[in-house]
Amino acid sequence: MFSQFGSALKHGARSFSTAAKSDVSSNTKKIVNAAVAATGLTAAFILYQDSQTAQAMTAAEHGLHPPEFNWSHNGMFDTFDHASIRRGFQVYREVCAACHSLDRIAWRNLVGVSHTNSEAKAMAEEFEYDDEPDDEGNPKKRPGKLADYIPGPYANEQAARAANQGALPPDLSLIVKARHGAADYIFALLTGYPDEPPAGVTLPVGANYNPYFPGGSIAMGRVLFDDLVEYEDGTPATTSQMAKDVSTFLNWTSEPEHDERKRLGAKALIVVTALYFVSVYVKKFKWTTIKHRKIVYHPPKK
Amino acid sequence: MYTQIYNLIFKRNSTFVATVFASTFLFQVGLDETVTSWYEARNKGKLWSDLKPKILAGFESEEDDE
Ligand code: HEC
Repeated sequence: MFSQFGSALKHGARSFSTAAKSDVSSNTKKIVNAAVAATGLTAAFILYQDSQTAQAMTAAEHGLHPPEFNWSHNGMFDTFDHASIRRGFQVYREVCAACHSLDRIAWRNLVGVSHTNSEAKAMAEEFEYDDEPDDEGNPKKRPGKLADYIPGPYANEQAARAANQGALPPDLSLIVKARHGAADYIFALLTGYPDEPPAGVTLPVGANYNPYFPGGSIAMGRVLFDDLVEYEDGTPATTSQMAKDVSTFLNWTSEPEHDERKRLGAKALIVVTALYFVSVYVKKFKWTTIKHRKIVYHPPKK
Repeated sequence: MYTQIYNLIFKRNSTFVATVFASTFLFQVGLDETVTSWYEARNKGKLWSDLKPKILAGFESEEDDE
């Protein structure tokens, strides 16, 4: 194969040099050849050197790749499972909300997705928000409204770090978009805590071992255990069920437009496909006279 | 037939443009209806519209949960 390639090259070079016989001196040719050889040898040397060293970033440092799960919203035209979003919100409220905020979701966002209007209102009213000050300028509080955003557990980052041994629990609103593996990663992380770290792994104080977390040592311990919450729809609250539901919920918080986007995508595909065929027809129509004309030459008769 | 259509629609620009606008509107409504009903049939059981009645009924019938 290489010899064929080589002779083809030689052939090409020969025909080139015959075409430009006088212009290219043999000196120029030598210089070009030398440059090509030097480049090739350098590249080969660098590649060889590279293959001799071990990877500094090992799989453990990158974190284990999560398996791809069969989410019911995976397909091009598949919506979220809203019953699962609702259960996932419950898991967030009862478990994750102790440490993680959800800054970008307002109570009104839940309406018509996982909760009814009155449910969302009732949940909002359980929280106090800052109101306008009274006539003497004293700060006032008011119960929450649908338009308020879901409050976080800590007043600020310092408080969050102080309560978590220096580690900051990230805001979960966009976490699915912010991590490689998206919802697969969240699920794998939540269900991936082994009973004990593998032999030879030493962890800092307060850290936990999770192979999916880059580096393996994560400040968040295992938080989901069987029957931690009680689902109102009777679904058994196993660890993996809760992890699935909360991952689905967090996927929704990252992509609240998801269902509508896929519906519009279907419409767009139909219209664009139709327009494509129209454009093919119009092109053929406009070109037909040019494509089908015939040029005839009648040489003059002597 | 063709003359009728021509006289009614294509002859005057005003009627032609009006026809374009009206048919665009109708096409959009029709396409939206069709796609939405297909989309909702395809995702039956996962939608908010399937969840809401269960919430309002207080999840009494627990056997038909997915
Ligand atoms: C006890 C407090 C606590 C609870 C409860 C908790 N977390 Fe965490 N979580 C943390 C801390 C602290 C971190 C930061 C870990 C680190 O940086 O090492 C974290 C990090 C995370 C991360 C980011 C991991 C990464 O790749 O950076 C995700 C995702 C996460 N938590 C999801 C959840 C979910 C979902 C729940 C609810 C089921 C939950 N957490 C409950 C404390 C908590």
